[in-house]
Amino acid sequence: MNLTLKVWRQDGPNDKGRMETFKVNDVSEHMSFLEMMDVLNEQIINDGGDPIAFDHDCREGICGMCSMYINGEAHGPGRGVTTCQLHMREFNDGDTIYIEPWRAKAFPVVKDLMVDRSAFDRVIQAGGYVSVNTSGNTQDANAIPIEKENADAAFDAATCIGCGACVATCKNSSAMLFVSAKVSQFSLLPQGEPEAADRVLKMVNQMDLEGFGNCTNTGACEVECPKGISLENIARMNREYLKASLTK
Amino acid sequence: MDLNSQIPEGPLAEKWTKHKNDIRLVNPANKRNIDVIVVGTGLAGSSAAASLAEMGYNVKAFCFQDSPRRAHSIAAQGGINAAKNYQNDGDSTFRLFYDTIKGGDYRSREANVYRLAEVSANIIDQCVAQGVPFARDYGGLLDNRSFGGVQVSRTFYAKGQTGQQLLLGAYSALSRQIAKGRVKMYNRHEMLDVVKVDGKARGIIARNLTTGEIERHGAHAVLLCTGGYGNVFFLSTNAMGSNVTAAWKAHRRGASMANPCFTQIHPTCIPVSGDYQSKLTLMSESLRNDGRIWVPKKKEDAEAIRAGKLKPTQLKEEDRDYYLERRYPAFGNLVPRDVASRAAKERCDAGFGVNQTGEAVYLDFSSAIMRYGREEANIQGDHNPSDAKVKKLGKEVVEKKYGNLFQMYEKITADNPYETPMMIYPAVHYTMGGLWVDYNLMTNVPGLFALGEANFSDHGANRLGASALMQGLADGYFVVPYTVGGYLADDIRTGAIDVNSSEFEAVEKEVKDRLQKLVDNNGSRSVDYFHKRLGRIMWEKCGMARNEKGLKEAIAEIRALREEFWKEVRVPGKLDGLNPELEKAGRVADFIELGELMCIDALDRNESCGGHFREEYQTEDGEAVRNDDDYRYVAAWEYSGNPSEPKLNKEELEFENVELKTRSYK
Repeated sequence: MNLTLKVWRQDGPNDKGRMETFKVNDVSEHMSFLEMMDVLNEQIINDGGDPIAFDHDCREGICGMCSMYINGEAHGPGRGVTTCQLHMREFNDGDTIYIEPWRAKAFPVVKDLMVDRSAFDRVIQAGGYVSVNTSGNTQDANAIPIEKENADAAFDAATCIGCGACVATCKNSSAMLFVSAKVSQFSLLPQGEPEAADRVLKMVNQMDLEGFGNCTNTGACEVECPKGISLENIARMNREYLKASLTK
Repeated sequence: MDLNSQIPEGPLAEKWTKHKNDIRLVNPANKRNIDVIVVGTGLAGSSAAASLAEMGYNVKAFCFQDSPRRAHSIAAQGGINAAKNYQNDGDSTFRLFYDTIKGGDYRSREANVYRLAEVSANIIDQCVAQGVPFARDYGGLLDNRSFGGVQVSRTFYAKGQTGQQLLLGAYSALSRQIAKGRVKMYNRHEMLDVVKVDGKARGIIARNLTTGEIERHGAHAVLLCTGGYGNVFFLSTNAMGSNVTAAWKAHRRGASMANPCFTQIHPTCIPVSGDYQSKLTLMSESLRNDGRIWVPKKKEDAEAIRAGKLKPTQLKEEDRDYYLERRYPAFGNLVPRDVASRAAKERCDAGFGVNQTGEAVYLDFSSAIMRYGREEANIQGDHNPSDAKVKKLGKEVVEKKYGNLFQMYEKITADNPYETPMMIYPAVHYTMGGLWVDYNLMTNVPGLFALGEANFSDHGANRLGASALMQGLADGYFVVPYTVGGYLADDIRTGAIDVNSSEFEAVEKEVKDRLQKLVDNNGSRSVDYFHKRLGRIMWEKCGMARNEKGLKEAIAEIRALREEFWKEVRVPGKLDGLNPELEKAGRVADFIELGELMCIDALDRNESCGGHFREEYQTEDGEAVRNDDDYRYVAAWEYSGNPSEPKLNKEELEFENVELKTRSYK
């Protein structure tokens, strides 16, 4: 198929940025979206131009690095996929495709389609851990049985890949889905209990400091999340937050 | 060269305890004056950086990704082995040790492997304490499953995302230390060389990938936790950014590269579908529990399938060749990875491959669907169910077990694996070879350590499933925190490393000159063009099967390719600022040199063992023939100044606790 691409170009965080138009021909429907971008970049290099910068690494939907806003949707059309798992068979010959970076105050553009998501790291650093040293001198792994239902729910929350699609898609650029997934994982496990109150207060505080917006329960984040992280996590975090702010 | 493995005296089971008791310590006040650099933030790097920081060292950690959480350990699917014996099925430290040595075809070091098995149980305790959500049974206790090449259930798992959960655990421990200021984290930084002062590793030169700035970082010890080099084949299951540069630069500065030709080709991956393909996707080994692997018995059927005139579901049972079950009745579809991969290649080379390229075999779940369906019907009390009902019930059972993998397959191929067999083919997955290290995980360059997949020590010539995660965390959490102290005890009076020394200046100049050369080259071909060509040579001549003639050709071709690369490569953009093409160019230049060394190593090893299959050394029915008399050694290659003339040093492997046998799965 032959495609027209409108791609966001921006030299750095302070550059104003612009859309550029490219043509890519003979795209196979079996290609992944990023492989199509590889073909485009090869074409740009051969024409003596500056290839488009974008983040990507594992190309199997787990590292969370790829991050394209395609035709107005985080990770493009299709549900439960990252950009690298999107295939060209989702598009038709002659289509015009708009490709933009994640847009959020807390995610400044590094170059073109690449953004700086270190705000997420700082939120985790504020409390997204259990304060146990790595000595190996802990108790036996089976010393505390954990109800399967809770273990499974903790796992589901923990599958967040930190890609930031939730922030990109939210009209408020809220990071509530991301933060609540980590808060939930630990609040569902006995190992996370001793620090639960401190954790939620510190992480939410950091989230606000980074400039993420508030949650207005629109639910777009859940729809666009490639890992299907549930809105229930936000509800759970709100309960944890309320509880903590009353007791701390 | 002196390759002293530093294995402690005493009985196997007491070596590690004795060593820990004897090792020198650094007191807490002195640790505060000692700096350690950790390169890479996968399982080995994150766990090492967190642990060393907790102990009181000043740690600087580096990763090329935008966050330490992205390292490729995150993609590991199946699980992590540990000798907990929770299932009471006869597992023990010794059994895990034995399985690993045997699985590696007797080409790893006994003492290192035993220590790995010994600390494995601690890893699970540690991870649970950190809040890693492993799978549990209804009683609330941890669940286990089985993996290839063993007869017990010792694999702990978190659905198909075990690597992710373990890495996020290590990342959270690392984040805690970053918050305390104990670790200084450098994201989007790539190490481009090691700096030695008076023969010791004293720092690195790194490039800030966002600004393009070249930085000097000094430390009293440098830990390379930089993963494997499977991307030398261009196509592999590795992440796009996985590379050998850090390890290769260490090699060029004197660290020996051990057994570089030992590569793991994983049998069940989604086949290559076109020239544009950038990476290959693994389908978990767990699928071989229920999937049956086959190709058509008759060539004309295979041809008809390739031409699209015949569908696999139309082929009668008697016209199918379940070649693994035929060749290896005892283990069937669950033979180890190297054996399964070679058998697939043999059938496809003989003309029985089933996709357009002729390089694919079927992994078929139809018998499993019917078997589970009948069982389920019985449970529901229907003893005379229709075929349609059996199929429906069976699909539901299979979906519960492997649903996420089936979905992943369908997303990529647009084929529904419940209705038609999956097509799979082997792909490069892991590299057992790596930097030579002693028992303390130190390379032969003092102060330079290598952990995880970056070193060579634990998996011999073939790694067993679910053992890579175990090794990464063992090295980072429980081995290096002790052994690095033994080395650093001499450094308590050294003081901060001066990065303005002539040594740093010289290495920095070399790094800058090389980058400048790449950018100024202005050739006619992109970096990927060369990378793909290198990959093709490696895959065809140093892949699943190797022979003398092919390897000699490959060496000549790679030499020519290296020359052409430096003449013709085109790197757009500048040194300053973000330049992904420049990053790739540097990595591919190193892969080209490594590729040649891999072929030289494979040519030197006149035997077949594990993933290294030399066609000249096989039995009449195509099984590997090992040569313990002449090749029971670690091939540690020393850089001579010319990539084409490495010097071979040998570390003889002593087996005092296991008997060397021929692996048989028949």
